[in-house]
Amino acid sequence: MTGYVLRRIGQMVLALLGVSIIVFALIHLVPGDPVRTALGTRFDQEVYEALRARAGLDQPIVVQYFTWLGNAVTGDLGVSFRSGVPVTTLLLQRLPATITLAFAALFVALVVAIPLGIVSAIRSGSRLDYAATATSQVAVSVPDFWAGIMYILLFSLVLSWLPPSGYVSFFEDPLEWARHLALPALTVGLISGSIIFRFVRSSVLEALNQDYTRTARAKGLTERQVIWRHVMPNAWIPIVTVVGLQLGFLLSGVIVVEVIFAWPGLGRLALLSVQDRDFTVLQGAVLLIAFMFLLINLVVDIVYGWLDPRVRYD
Amino acid sequence: MTSGDEGLARGAQASDPSHDAGAPIAEHRSRTHATVETVLRNRLAVAGLVILAVLVLAAIIGPWVIPYEINEIDIANRLTGPSTDHWFGTDELGRDVFSRVVVGARVSLVVGFVAVGIALILGVPIGLISGFYGGATDSTLMRFMDILFSLPAILLAIAILAVLGPGIVNAMIAIGIVYTPIFARITRGSVLTIRQSVFVRAAESLGATNNRILRTHILPNVMAPIIVQTSLSLAFAILAEAALSFLGLGVQPPEPAWGRMLAEGRSFFEQAPWMAIFPGLAIVLTVMAFNFVGDGLRDALDPQQRSVIESRGVG
Repeated sequence: MTGYVLRRIGQMVLALLGVSIIVFALIHLVPGDPVRTALGTRFDQEVYEALRARAGLDQPIVVQYFTWLGNAVTGDLGVSFRSGVPVTTLLLQRLPATITLAFAALFVALVVAIPLGIVSAIRSGSRLDYAATATSQVAVSVPDFWAGIMYILLFSLVLSWLPPSGYVSFFEDPLEWARHLALPALTVGLISGSIIFRFVRSSVLEALNQDYTRTARAKGLTERQVIWRHVMPNAWIPIVTVVGLQLGFLLSGVIVVEVIFAWPGLGRLALLSVQDRDFTVLQGAVLLIAFMFLLINLVVDIVYGWLDPRVRYD
Repeated sequence: MTSGDEGLARGAQASDPSHDAGAPIAEHRSRTHATVETVLRNRLAVAGLVILAVLVLAAIIGPWVIPYEINEIDIANRLTGPSTDHWFGTDELGRDVFSRVVVGARVSLVVGFVAVGIALILGVPIGLISGFYGGATDSTLMRFMDILFSLPAILLAIAILAVLGPGIVNAMIAIGIVYTPIFARITRGSVLTIRQSVFVRAAESLGATNNRILRTHILPNVMAPIIVQTSLSLAFAILAEAALSFLGLGVQPPEPAWGRMLAEGRSFFEQAPWMAIFPGLAIVLTVMAFNFVGDGLRDALDPQQRSVIESRGVG
């Protein structure tokens, strides 16, 4: 197991190095001078030269990369060309909102998908199964941003139950925090839940059709014992993987939903940095998001290897 | 080409070189026939095909049959609700939402097809070369694909558009690049299996060039998962285009794109919810149609494949 974990960590470091090259190249592939572009009409020769020197843009490109990488490893991602604020500070300000939304959405997804998936599989072919499967098929086709707009229309404008957008810190006002979190979490969580549902259903269905399940039934166990002792322990393995992957996407891929709900997360910061052409911030955001994504994948693989020893020897 | 070589080429198509020269063609035809039959027995897949046929028709003849010009401004009738005059209502400039949704089908389908075309053109050869040659070529290419795959789809597309600049063509390129690793992985996986087949080894021993083996013996036999993935990727490409246009990075005004129309509708949400509802429904319907067809094709062609893209999501 140790060898497997070390191998996976090595692969993650390699992937991160690759991502770092792409992220670093970003600033050099942009047509024109990124500092001049970011400063725009507020151009000032002194500020311009200071920012260029701070970003190391006056150095040879290989030196620039290694200096940038060395700084990034120590948590220094440079300063925003627009505001002059360290990129790390900006990212850390946005991180709590992103993590909160990701876990809240995952909670919604799991609460819906796991029980429904298990029941659908056990009662395969029933009306409930058809209804749940059909709903999930429609749900995976719904763009999250459209679902979000429709929820705002229903819950905020028509029913006036929940605020349409914004973010309140938990420590400021827990009730308002929950009220503001509800709609974005529902928007992303239900779509994520429909993907997880499909995996739960098919995993449980597969385990239900195995010989060991038939044996368990044949030796006279109750249906409840068959499900919880024999079916579920085997069905969990693929479910863990898809839940982990979904968490990775929730932490990294809900940019549009963050925009709709004015949620101050990393995705919205990345988008704003594109609009402002503030490339050091974009570099930092992409690097951090990719890091989180790879880290979650690593954890998923390790858990997978632990649950299913065959994986370790692949 | 020798006659033996020709026979092998046909044999490759049927995955079984032991048949006589005529049989593989008949088998190939009957397999295609069986696939079509299986897809047509799947009611959801048929529903998807019907929706797609309507959409394609709308995309082709839409501009000539729509009741109003897509950019015809009518301030007197701005933000009016759905009626017999304007089935889907009007927008903030009095433009007919129905006409814009119909013409928007063209933009979505074109972007979807071109983007997935780019992903196919890049991904399939990478997968073929990687799986066929193996070794250092394989490791290098696949590590690069893994790196691209490790970046969330929409974030990677946004980063590419930050470099290329916003616009419809760049959006197609960005989405194409984002989905390249999926095709490369799927193709490579299939090539690794086919590579060991008797008919490939036979072709090698007959002295066929690598290029020829790849084109005539391997490619036709790895098409099934690629076709399935193409249909599912079209759904995701359309979603991605809508997301990018919604963020202002894809199709630029006044061109009617569904994602863009949704974004514009957001500002007039309270007065005119139809501005956001109908373009959104059009996206849902299109994506659903491609998903249904993709699922139907998967059941018919490649039941073992669990889509890589399915768990990937679009943000």
